[in-house]
Amino acid sequence: MRMGFLTIYWRDMIRFVRFRTLLISSLVQPALWMAFFGIAMSANFTRLTTDVPPIPGIPNVGYLTFMAAGVIAMTTLFTSLFGGMTLLFDKNWGLLREVMASPLPRDHIIFGIALSGMTKSFIQAIIIMVFGIFIGAEFFMGFSPLNVIFSLLGILLFVGIFSLGFLFLSAAIAISFESPEGMQGIMTLLTMPIFFASNALYPVNAFPPALQVVSMGNPLTHLVNGIRYFAIGDDFQAIGVVYSTTVTELLVSLSVLIVFALAMFGLAWWRFQKAVVT
Amino acid sequence: MAEPIIVVSNLAHRYGDFEAVKGISFSVDRGEIFSFLGPNGAGKSTAINILTTLLHIQQGSASVAGFDVATEPAKVRESIGIVFQDVTLDRDMTCWEILEFHGSLYRMPHKERRARIEELLELVELEGKRNTLTKHLSGGMKRRLEIARGLMTRPKVLFLDEPTIGLDPQTRRRMWDYIKSVNEEGTTIFLTTHYMDEADQLSNRVSIIDHGQIIATGAAWDLKNMLGEDLIYLETSDNDAAGKLLQKMPEVTGIQERPHGFYAQVNQDGTHILPKIMDDLRIAGIRIQTVNLKKPSMDDVFVHFTGRDMRDDGAEHPSSMHAKTGRR
Repeated sequence: MRMGFLTIYWRDMIRFVRFRTLLISSLVQPALWMAFFGIAMSANFTRLTTDVPPIPGIPNVGYLTFMAAGVIAMTTLFTSLFGGMTLLFDKNWGLLREVMASPLPRDHIIFGIALSGMTKSFIQAIIIMVFGIFIGAEFFMGFSPLNVIFSLLGILLFVGIFSLGFLFLSAAIAISFESPEGMQGIMTLLTMPIFFASNALYPVNAFPPALQVVSMGNPLTHLVNGIRYFAIGDDFQAIGVVYSTTVTELLVSLSVLIVFALAMFGLAWWRFQKAVVT
Repeated sequence: MAEPIIVVSNLAHRYGDFEAVKGISFSVDRGEIFSFLGPNGAGKSTAINILTTLLHIQQGSASVAGFDVATEPAKVRESIGIVFQDVTLDRDMTCWEILEFHGSLYRMPHKERRARIEELLELVELEGKRNTLTKHLSGGMKRRLEIARGLMTRPKVLFLDEPTIGLDPQTRRRMWDYIKSVNEEGTTIFLTTHYMDEADQLSNRVSIIDHGQIIATGAAWDLKNMLGEDLIYLETSDNDAAGKLLQKMPEVTGIQERPHGFYAQVNQDGTHILPKIMDDLRIAGIRIQTVNLKKPSMDDVFVHFTGRDMRDDGAEHPSSMHAKTGRR
């Protein structure tokens, strides 16, 4: 098997480490979300839900814990969607020509960029978890050390597949667009509905039916399901809503993410075969 | 008979309605330096992009190093090196990383790659800049690094698209030396340029390309000789009569009219024939206002074949053409 994508990966990671501002901002930004949005919203939800009596017998978690999973998902979404932007800049600055004129198969460009985007998402997810636990998110409560490791791997699996899907999409957009502004516009158009029509920050139970359907097809919802399953448990309540997830439901969520990633890879592959870079 | 390494026949390419390349045919022999000389927008870059497989071939056929660009692009890619027109170096990578990245892209084995990097850094005299980010290099250093990169995989053909654009005269000369030494080691070089002197000094053969067509091909020396031994520029009180008179002289092989005067191409050393010309004109009662004598340059060759000065970039300004050629 050819390992050409590792060359692309290596180069993108060099850049990630070398652009200090990019590196630091991408690490600090999710922590800031947790610190400001998390603590502020958490305080409000706690005040508003004091009247809602917890259902007995089911572990109750605070809003901060609930939304920490959402912040991991949101950060993964943003990082992945913008992960392909580097290709657009490479294309516009002529750097991509070297790669396009080389014998490297084009799917390796896609894999290389996706792999480096996935690595960044892993790093960010771990930072959010550590910082979240530090400021009071109740992750992995009562888990044995082995269980924590297993759960961590589960979270990374979900984050990884989800990020691949959006990185492929991002790469497909980047290779098809000429201007960063155009790409930025598409991104903004995509992130809004994906982010807000999901269960990342609030329960979807109160959504109107149409929006609930959208949320069910939304990969972000399935990523959040996976993260909450592994980080909090298969049966818990938050802000008065019970979350219980069976293994089957978990596998359905995983399957949705896999299908999404495969479809996006198909899209990226098609766009790259057609791409002319001169 | 040298064996061709690039063979192109009836190559045509259009962008929408615009015909950038209009059915060109040529071949490049193994081991030579071959130039495409022409103004910006003549179709040089389009041709080079097709030969390097960056653009899909629309019409005609082309093969490089024995492989067809349409059916075996991967093989072509493995056989060539490219130095693009604009700098295509990642600003935030070091010289060493640039070469390492390129070598890995082409799947060079680790050991060979590392050895080749050292060899090339030495060739282009950048050993001391090994760990310098490319954004801190001078224009000439960047170009040298790009040439080193183009040579990383020991290509059979090295494509150079405007290799010395934007460099100062001394750096250009050194670039030419590098290019020649690379060629002497056996690499065939295909270069495009809009600099007359570059095509003249560097290449074994030149194709003059204009408006997507090849207008003339030959050794620079042969092309210049087609214009005769010397060119004599004259402005007289009656250019028409003077021209007719000179055309009858056996030493004069051609007359090129200019707005205020004309060039006479002569097949002998102009310093000897000029006094005779001046005598004949005076006897005929034609007053000479300006005289100039020069060896034909590639500029003259270009003007001769295209009917205009290349630096006019497509627009025809006869007066400025006169001013530029007359001053030499």
